[in-house]
Amino acid sequence: MSVLRENPVNEYLRLERMPSIWCPGCGIGTTVNCFTRALTESKYDLDKVAIVSGIGCTGRVAGYLRLDSFHTTHGRAIPFATGLKLANPDLKVVVYSGDGDLSAIGGNHLIHAARRNADLLVVCVNNFTYGMTGGQVTPTTPNPVIASTTPYGAFEQTFNLPNLTDSCGAVYVARWTAYHVRQIAKSMGEALDKRGFRFIEIIAPCPTLYLRRNRLGEGLDEMKFYKEKSVVKNGADTREVGLDYRDKIVVGKFVDRERPTLEEAMEKRLSDALGPKYVPYTAPGKQSRA
Amino acid sequence: MTTAPPTKKERKFSGIVVINHANCKGCAFCVEFCPTHALELEKGYNAKGYHPPYLAKPELCNGCDMCGLFCPDFAIFGYREKLEQAA
Amino acid sequence: MNADPQGVLTGSHYLDGDHACSEGAIAAGCRFSAGYPITPSTEVVERLASRFPRVGGRFLQFEDELAASIAVLGAVWGGAKAVTVTSGPGFSLMMEHIGLAAITEVPVVYINVQRGGPSTGLPTQPAQGDMMQARFGSHGDYKLIALCPNSPQECFDLTLQAFNLAEEYRVPVLVMLDEVVGHMTEKVVIPAAEQIHVTPRRYTTKRPSDFRLFEAANGSLVPEMVKAGDGYRFHVTGLTHDERGYPAMNALAQDKMVKRQFAKIEKNADKIIRFEEKNVSGADVVVVSFGITSRIAERAIQLAREKGARVGSFRLITAWPFPEKQIAELSKKVKAFVVPELNMGQMVLEVERVAAGRCRTVPVPHAGGTVHQPEVIADAILEAVR
Repeated sequence: MSVLRENPVNEYLRLERMPSIWCPGCGIGTTVNCFTRALTESKYDLDKVAIVSGIGCTGRVAGYLRLDSFHTTHGRAIPFATGLKLANPDLKVVVYSGDGDLSAIGGNHLIHAARRNADLLVVCVNNFTYGMTGGQVTPTTPNPVIASTTPYGAFEQTFNLPNLTDSCGAVYVARWTAYHVRQIAKSMGEALDKRGFRFIEIIAPCPTLYLRRNRLGEGLDEMKFYKEKSVVKNGADTREVGLDYRDKIVVGKFVDRERPTLEEAMEKRLSDALGPKYVPYTAPGKQSRA
Repeated sequence: MTTAPPTKKERKFSGIVVINHANCKGCAFCVEFCPTHALELEKGYNAKGYHPPYLAKPELCNGCDMCGLFCPDFAIFGYREKLEQAA
Repeated sequence: MNADPQGVLTGSHYLDGDHACSEGAIAAGCRFSAGYPITPSTEVVERLASRFPRVGGRFLQFEDELAASIAVLGAVWGGAKAVTVTSGPGFSLMMEHIGLAAITEVPVVYINVQRGGPSTGLPTQPAQGDMMQARFGSHGDYKLIALCPNSPQECFDLTLQAFNLAEEYRVPVLVMLDEVVGHMTEKVVIPAAEQIHVTPRRYTTKRPSDFRLFEAANGSLVPEMVKAGDGYRFHVTGLTHDERGYPAMNALAQDKMVKRQFAKIEKNADKIIRFEEKNVSGADVVVVSFGITSRIAERAIQLAREKGARVGSFRLITAWPFPEKQIAELSKKVKAFVVPELNMGQMVLEVERVAAGRCRTVPVPHAGGTVHQPEVIADAILEAVR
């Protein structure tokens, strides 16, 4: 009988901090699993992959991954990541955060980073709620969902995140649900290889708050719901992928294009304008270690 | 005239599933999404009170690791092992 | 180590305070800045935008001060020295990230060119109304360093020193000037690069398995630094954390973390505090001032002396940490402190607290918008002497 192997995902995790704080049936961990698969496939030097999270349940991802990781302030993972990448262009920087963090308090930074094509991969786990603080409404919470701050049901128009990021100029936009594990890993792998502002929305269950308050069952029930209701439409027009409550979920890779990144645009303008007087920024070298 | 008996397909690989009992939160994603339905939840509990999975039908496991890919708690993974060839 | 000659504009210049701050940053080796326009600080980032591409730096104007104030933290963890600049309303927006910089012990510089407040206030006119905010503006308990230049030359010198102090103590450092110092043009002498001391980032030489990002090192109370990309696989969080940097949300960890961060500054206060004393020995009154007000105070002291008063001056160069020892000593010898400031009384509260009733403390407040008339301060001095 062979010796039992160790879980290959363990090398990516801060095992001393397991088990995670995520609830049973929460989909965040599943997305992280897919992310580690994508990293393995990519064969990147993990020393050069940095992960930046905001605040919230998804924000805790940075703490569990054994990479250079940053748990920043609410909504501000994207500008932090932009500064990190501009100062150290050798890094691959991934922002991993939730729907409230990225599209409400962080909304301004989301649209500007997409506009300027900052070289970041942004993974948005959308569970339609602010889970960590007890299940409040977010810009993606559909009508007429009960949340703790919409006790009579949500009533606002919601963001269609793929459309938002697409219209701001993101070069890669995809949406999957936590059920689509293989596709998530594939999308993440493709996105990691691209440069520019890449956005992957992953719809995931929040059993304790979103599902329970709206009597939608357990995490597993929601995963089965995703399987049943999702429709794969690669290349769909993002204007048509808005989500209605308990209606079909259009998933797929919607946008995959090229345009100059923030750094490329900056360098081109400066070298065009300054010619030989331009002194390009040099990435800091490896710190010397005794 | 008799028909020849159908050739029995020899299984070259056996699937193995490794479960981290302590970290499992009993969400049952693995049980639901195992393509061959080889997993079931135990009747017993782990220390936190959850029902972890177990490989109820080992002969159905081909080590595809879908369970591992779905697990939100990194508490299960599967792999294939080449079977010893019978002489 | 010496400054990188590529960035140093050695020579005699005629610069305003804002521009001198930019040159101080460049001379200190700062090569990243994130900015947002706000009067009267915009010239600092305008100059950085113009100078950086010629010296290998990167500047980006962000969408707001919230972004700018955290982008600089990202840049520091990426391995650069970074600065951002603002004024009152932007300073308020940056507070959350100044707190993040404090709890995660990031060596970074924030410059505030103070203007009339509160709120939109007087965008083009001076005040010194953010001094308490500099110390207590972010929520929770933290300590940082704040420097107050009173001339364009000091804008250069103290911005340079701000970077050095930030690296030395792994702490955010504020440079608190005011609109008059920022917009006044005076001679600024920038020395040769070999004469400029620049403190390099204190990167650790330990192996990743031995290194703790928030553990006091080498007998000091200051942990060593790392940057992303070197294999340390470190974690930085704004949550209360243990020495590894992992969240540790309990009272014991909070006590340990906050107290070490306090001690880091308190126990090194003697090395951090800078001030300028003149004629304090034998003085009946000492005028305690900072920034542009200290220059008005010089004239006021002259006027008071002409009328026979024995007056000295104590100029705060570091407003925070506050020079408690020095003020406490002086309070035993003088009749009164006179504290003119372009605000309704902020640093005077510290003077009064430290004097502990041993002498009078006379505030000379001013709501802002212009500088004090020297006569007003002189009258306060003469009144205090009576």
